[in-house]
Amino acid sequence: MKLFKLFAIILPLFALAACSSSPDKGMQEGDVLVEDRGAESAGVDGQGADGEDMGAEAKVVVGEDQYAGNELNDPDSPLSNRTVYFEYDSDVVRNEDQQTLQAHAAYLAENPNLTVRLEGHTDERGSREYNLALGERRALSVRRILMLQGASIDQFQVTSFGEERPAEEGGDEYAWSQNRRVELVYVGR
Amino acid sequence: MFRQWFKLIALLIALVPWPAHALLTIEITGGSEAALPIAIVPFGVEGYAPPENISDIVSNDLASSGRFAPLEKRDLISEPHEGQQVNFQDWRLLRSEGLLIGKISSQDGENYQVQFQLYDVYKAEQLVGKRYNVPASGLRNLAHQISDIVYETLTGEKGVFSTRLAFVSEMKNADGSKRFALQVSDADGANPRTVLQSTQPILSPNWSPDGQQLTYVTFENNKAEVYVQQLSSGRRNSVASFRGLNSAPAWSPDGKKLALTLSKNGNPEIYVLELASGNLSRVTHNSQAIDTEAVWLPNGREILFTSDRGGRPQIYRVNADGGRAERVTFEGSYNASADISPDGRNMAMVHAVNGKFHIAIQDLQTGAVQVLTETTADESPSFAPNGRMILYATEQQGRGVLAAVSVDGRIKQRLGESGSAVREPAWSPFRQ
Repeated sequence: MKLFKLFAIILPLFALAACSSSPDKGMQEGDVLVEDRGAESAGVDGQGADGEDMGAEAKVVVGEDQYAGNELNDPDSPLSNRTVYFEYDSDVVRNEDQQTLQAHAAYLAENPNLTVRLEGHTDERGSREYNLALGERRALSVRRILMLQGASIDQFQVTSFGEERPAEEGGDEYAWSQNRRVELVYVGR
Repeated sequence: MFRQWFKLIALLIALVPWPAHALLTIEITGGSEAALPIAIVPFGVEGYAPPENISDIVSNDLASSGRFAPLEKRDLISEPHEGQQVNFQDWRLLRSEGLLIGKISSQDGENYQVQFQLYDVYKAEQLVGKRYNVPASGLRNLAHQISDIVYETLTGEKGVFSTRLAFVSEMKNADGSKRFALQVSDADGANPRTVLQSTQPILSPNWSPDGQQLTYVTFENNKAEVYVQQLSSGRRNSVASFRGLNSAPAWSPDGKKLALTLSKNGNPEIYVLELASGNLSRVTHNSQAIDTEAVWLPNGREILFTSDRGGRPQIYRVNADGGRAERVTFEGSYNASADISPDGRNMAMVHAVNGKFHIAIQDLQTGAVQVLTETTADESPSFAPNGRMILYATEQQGRGVLAAVSVDGRIKQRLGESGSAVREPAWSPFRQ
């Protein structure tokens, strides 16, 4: 345990050192680089808690399913569709996505050991902070439907990235329609 | 009108050598007809040449405010550096109301002695004169301080040239992935320095009232969390990492509390966090609506925030210790991201007209709304600490840029730069 703690503090320090020497390279998902002057104190002055968090979270690969169940990978299964889309400023799941969610709800009910992360997203229009909240509302709307159809509340993690992680770059209707979405990301338990 | 505009641009091109190290540069896209003519004589140099051109920086500062029209260099009749060399009659002929002269000297190239004198040309008297000793590295800051003194002496309002801007940059890596930096620059966009770099987005930087700390939102743990960071040491703390959203932090005027958005109880609500104790109190109670983007009124007792409790996002006002919220915005179907002027009289906000997002200002007494910008993807308005300008984020050819507009809408600046997209600006308080 002690050793782990030590590593949790030292590893981020290495990451920080690597980043400050070549800020353009070597940044890993979840890494954070504080200004040079601060890098030292960020590691040394009682920031162990942050360091541990960073170390722990660096393992999570965002946007990729960690659980590789066969049904999920079968392109003919409705489970292979893991994104649902929304109208502007709306959290209402559209009729054409109901079937997809039914399949996921049934799958989750059959596999109570599975957890899914619901990631809400919005298009770029309007306030970033409002969009962050809207993305969460969309994810919660998807969770509500999945729970109504048999999944249990402890099978979900809900998170929102607002407009910060667009699926499609660009400022046109098509890009916006692709970005107003909730992604279902299966994670193991 | 067009000619004046053209002249101003020509004058800027002639006068302003944009420093190579500047990330952001200021362009005036609209001018003020009431700009005050001022003669800024290139400072005399004795001994080692200074690494910064102080008179050029002051000229750039004053011109960028839109309130001054520095004379073109070639129109300067003479180049006095001391009071006894000034012939006021010459400067009256040029219709210049103010005259700034000075000199800079160094025996070793490390420490510089700088002096300046500002004259009222018509009264033929010195308004202010000062002398400084600074290291070479302090010359740029000193130039901004001189700009502040000239601005305040001639307009009666405090200048903001030695304040700072915080903003978020987004850069693309060679493999197409992105990286994000929270940066702090001088008010003219020069000297940007990175205070935080992350592979994940950074949002909503907000200054502590003493200008020593920033609070912001990061996704570095794959969810929105609120941090507070000391600028001098770089030391930072996670102050809110509850389940759900932790977002939209706003420092209270006394610096002791943060208002922020948490959805730990299932729905985004405004809370107040006491920084010293960690005590948390809930401000809004509307389990159906999004409540977010809190901002404090200068009295420290009331908070404005964005809510869609009426169906669409609008601004509401509530007491910081809770109670009933009242709606503040009634014009238009989308009003969000409020910021309050330092005197508490005006609110800047994002205001949608026909699906286009502009910056608008609302008089909090009368409710009158004025749309200030023609740009159409505007976000995140932030008042200058003297209340004169509003800094905001917008888009130019699909790329994030920063812009500023005066509260009367007459002066428009764009802070262009190269390489990265910038957004989420926050103007610092005055230096203390």
